[in-house]
Amino acid sequence: MNFFLLLLTISGTVVGDLLKTACMRQIGPIDDFHPGALIQNARQVVRMTAIWFCLLAYTVSFFSFMALISISDVSFAVPATAAGYVAEILLAKTFLSETISQRRWAGAVLVTCGVMLISY
Amino acid sequence: MKTTYLLLIVIVTNAAGNVTLGYGMQQFGSIASYSPLDMIRGGIAAMANPWVIAGVVLLLVFFIAHGLALSRADLSYVLLVTSVGYVLVAVLGWSILGESISTWRWIGTVLITVGVSLVGSTPPSTINRQLGNGVS
Repeated sequence: MNFFLLLLTISGTVVGDLLKTACMRQIGPIDDFHPGALIQNARQVVRMTAIWFCLLAYTVSFFSFMALISISDVSFAVPATAAGYVAEILLAKTFLSETISQRRWAGAVLVTCGVMLISY
Repeated sequence: MKTTYLLLIVIVTNAAGNVTLGYGMQQFGSIASYSPLDMIRGGIAAMANPWVIAGVVLLLVFFIAHGLALSRADLSYVLLVTSVGYVLVAVLGWSILGESISTWRWIGTVLITVGVSLVGSTPPSTINRQLGNGVS
């Protein structure tokens, strides 16, 4: 059950992050943080179909995570989700055309190992 | 610089939100069934706990700041740089709550710090971003 909930948590986060990034890229880099400007940006975002699928993916991830931390320690649950880091970076490279330099890959490996060790 | 501030908000609200939500859920008790309906019912019932509400509000702020950061930087950059939040939680737990931290946990903390420093030295954005309406 732990593994199933963990898988749902990770998959939901990865899919949600990819869709959210795709939507935010369509808006362009946001530089004006005044409430009026942010509301205008929010209006643009909610008109995108992908953001609703993103919210659905995050909702699945959120409730799975809540169920997971109700039956296991946060110190296990949070670091275990780091298993999705490498998959998410590979998907960002494939679907979002991000350039992952050797330095960024090295950082990704260190961070993933580090997050897993933290729960050891 | 704005991207750095956004990432700081992302890091702090995510760490605080997860810890607060975890504390609230442990007070609430376990969700016995993992059918989707029961998980949603259990999640909604847990909203009666003030710690769960505080956790959800913090994670909502995280969601907005995370979106703003993603409009300016790569997903792979934001994902990795904000993982420094794990270090923050470990250090706060050790210094404020007096939690004991094993040698492995300290090694993990050092690895994350070095990893984040490496990623932080790469350009935040590697794609050609089109200027949208969000830019003033």
